[in-house]
This record gives sequence, C-alpha cells and structure tokens, in this order.
Amino acid sequence: MPEDFLMGAFAQPAEEAAFAFRACLEAMARPGRVQTISGAIPPAPLSVASGTLLLTLANASTPIYLAPSHDTAAIRDWIAFHCGAPIVPAERATFALGTWEALHPVSRFDIGTSDYPDRSATLIVEMDALSEPNARLTGPGIETLHEARLPEIAAFRENRARFPLGFDCIFTSDTSVSALPRSTYVTAL
Amino acid sequence: MTEHAYNFAYLDEATKQMIRRAILKGLAIPGYQVPFASREMPMPYGWGTGGVQVTAACLTPSDTLKVIDQGADDATNAVSIRKFFERTARVATTTATAEASVIQTRHRIPEERLSEGQILVYQVPIPEPLRFLEPRESETRRMHALEEYGLMHVKLYEDIARHGEIATSYAYPVKVEERYVMDPSPIPKFDNPKLSGMAAIQLFGAGREQRIYALPPYTEVVSLDFEDHPFEPMKADHDCDLCGAGESYLDELITDDAGGRMFVCSDTDFCAARRAGGHRGRLVPEGDAA
Repeated sequence: MPEDFLMGAFAQPAEEAAFAFRACLEAMARPGRVQTISGAIPPAPLSVASGTLLLTLANASTPIYLAPSHDTAAIRDWIAFHCGAPIVPAERATFALGTWEALHPVSRFDIGTSDYPDRSATLIVEMDALSEPNARLTGPGIETLHEARLPEIAAFRENRARFPLGFDCIFTSDTSVSALPRSTYVTAL
Repeated sequence: MTEHAYNFAYLDEATKQMIRRAILKGLAIPGYQVPFASREMPMPYGWGTGGVQVTAACLTPSDTLKVIDQGADDATNAVSIRKFFERTARVATTTATAEASVIQTRHRIPEERLSEGQILVYQVPIPEPLRFLEPRESETRRMHALEEYGLMHVKLYEDIARHGEIATSYAYPVKVEERYVMDPSPIPKFDNPKLSGMAAIQLFGAGREQRIYALPPYTEVVSLDFEDHPFEPMKADHDCDLCGAGESYLDELITDDAGGRMFVCSDTDFCAARRAGGHRGRLVPEGDAA
C-alpha cells in the first residue's frame, strides 16, 4: 500500500494539464467567469481545483507559500512529491495558497517591480463557494461587466490602484475556478 | 513512430508550465512583454518559434487548429506548422476560420470576426516597439516602466514631416488600456482596429527575442496618432479579382511582364468561402464559380 501523498496526480499528465490550463487561461482572460477543472485528488483541505492548478503550474522553480489554513504535513508532502516546489515564507512566494483570512496580510506578497511587473505572486484562494456574487468587475477581459464572488473588496481596489504592479488571484472551490488579475476594477455590488 | 516519440504537443511538461505561467502574467498585464525561457524548436528562428511554443502550451487534444501565413492557409510556413501539430499533438486541423478553436497566425488577423472560445496566437519577430528607436533593452524596459513613450510620437511625427502622413503601414504601434505601447506584430495597419474589443483571446509569442505578451478579450487597443493626423487603416483601392470583396485586405500579384496585375484577398479562407457562396470578381468568367 503506497503512502497517501504518492497518490492523487493526473492519470494522463500532458492531456489533463492541457485541459486544466485552458480552463485557467479562460479564467484569467475573463475575470469573474467560473470555469471547471479537475484531475488531481489532493489531501484535504486542498480542493480539487487548487490541487489541479498546482500540478498544472507549479514546479521546482516556483516557491510556494502555504498559509496556516493549508500548512499541513500531508499537503507539504503532496506538493514535495508531485510538484517539487519549495515551501517558502510569504514574501518570496511565486504561488501562495490558503483561505483569504489565512493569507492576510496580503500586503506582504510580491507585487513585482516597475521594470518586471510579471515577477509577482499569484494567490490561490480557497473559497467556500464561487456563487452568490458580491462584486461588480470591469476592465480588460470583460465586455461590459461581470459579477463575481470575492472574499472582500477593499484589498482588490488597492491592488488595482498599483497597476501595473500587483498580485493576481485565482479563486477555487471544489472543482470551480475563477480569477481576478490585477487589471480588473472592482466595486461592491 | 512519431506518436510515441514525443510528449503531447512536442514540449516537455516543465517547459509548458513555464510558458503557461508567462501567458497568465501576460494576460494580467495586457501589453506588457513577459520574458520567458524560449526553447530551441525544430525550425529556424523567424519561422514562428514563439508562436509555436505558445500554441503548444495552449493546445488540448480536443482543439481544432488553423494556421495562416499572411492570411493564407497554403503557404509554406502555415503548412509546416500545421503538419507539426498534426504529428506531435494529433489535433484536428482546419482552414475554416469559424471552425478553429486555436488559430496561429503570421502577420494577419482573419477577416471573419472571431468569437469567444477562440484563441489567436501571433508569431512575433521583434516584440519591442521601441527597439528601432532605442537598441538597449535596459533602456526600453525603463521607458515602459516610466510610460515614457515620447520617442515613439517623435518617430510618427517625423513620418508626417517627411512624407506628409504617417508612413508606417505594418507593425503599427498601439497603446493597450492606456498603459503599455505594444507592437501588434507585423500585421498591416488595416488589421489594427480588429485588435481592440476582440471577443477572442490574443496571445503573442516571440521565440528568438524570448517574450510573450497578451490581450485579454474586449481589451481597449488604440493605434497611436495625432489629433490633426488621425490613424487611418489602409488597403489597396480595389476589389478582390477572385471574389469581388471590397472590404478585405488585398495582395497584389504581378501576372505578366507587361505590367498586368491582379488583386486578391490575402485571407484565402475568406475568399474561398465567398466564391463558394457565388460571389465573383473581375477576373473570374461568368459561370465559372470558384
């Protein structure tokens, strides 16, 4: 009987990662639109969507910060085996993973430099659900406006105000995923 | 043999992950050129190695791929890239714009309006719009950071001073969401208005120069100009001699040694579809449909 952390990866790595990335690409290109991704079966409390995102995007060159909500031995082992990504403090993370409350204060995450705004963190935020919109989104990727569920409003308005600097967020819940790049304008619904 | 010799879509998974992360950051910062570790591809630089890597990172087994070179599905570059993905990714291919989910293009935007669910991948030779004005990467990077684009306007102004109009006819610089000045790749400026507000996702890959950039759908893209010299898209003042279209971008073909010439749609799929629909141009005799 193999150890649990050895399990839960893609059965068809190239193809499943391709489908997962396309959903992720659509999510980032159309902020607030919910996509479905699956394939990974990670240890709880990591959602299927978050686990699939990590398998699709993370590897040894992407340091990960685990917020207290998700900093368990099982998740550390799973990431170490399947992604090989180092676990680091928040300030040095390429990806940060956790619930919104556990990720606070979000001001510590890397927002890039004015020469290289792409060298910034991507937050993978675990949510209870992505339904019941509480925010109105406008900006690139949105024809008129999208409504979306966000964990709060103020932090994303501050993030947009720093554009082109800022972090980008991917929200996950079960097998659902949506994204909020730094370029999106957010107002409360 | 080939089916088992390569990973799906040729690139290894770690490389695709790196390209995918660059694409996501590109989408988050529209018009900003994200550096990426471009790989050697089994084709020379200048043949679309950047576009091929972006396409490889985006393709899924259920995609239908279309590849065009200057609008044509049957040019060498388009044919070889289409064959490359048929063999290494085993995806379906098409020449019909509406049927494609991923379209890789060299130097044109299809005439037909693209829709949500489609991705347009551009092959880019020189991604830096300021490169011919300032050769140092360290300087152009700083100019983008400071939004210092005065030099580009000086260049366009010198065009006007010398030629009476902005003479730049392709790779015409644009400003994205009022922030980054971007090179739209060497598309004719006729195509520039289509960049803005497009429903499809637009991705740009420059292999030799190791840059990826992106336009999310419905992004505002403005061609640079002056109040008294507004931007004007430009095409040959003719109709297509094969399909009669008056609104498409035309190629001029020399047909003999006596100055004979004809104008045909650069978008071969658009032209063929019109001819199949019964439209006829100047040089197609009566009754000779398509």
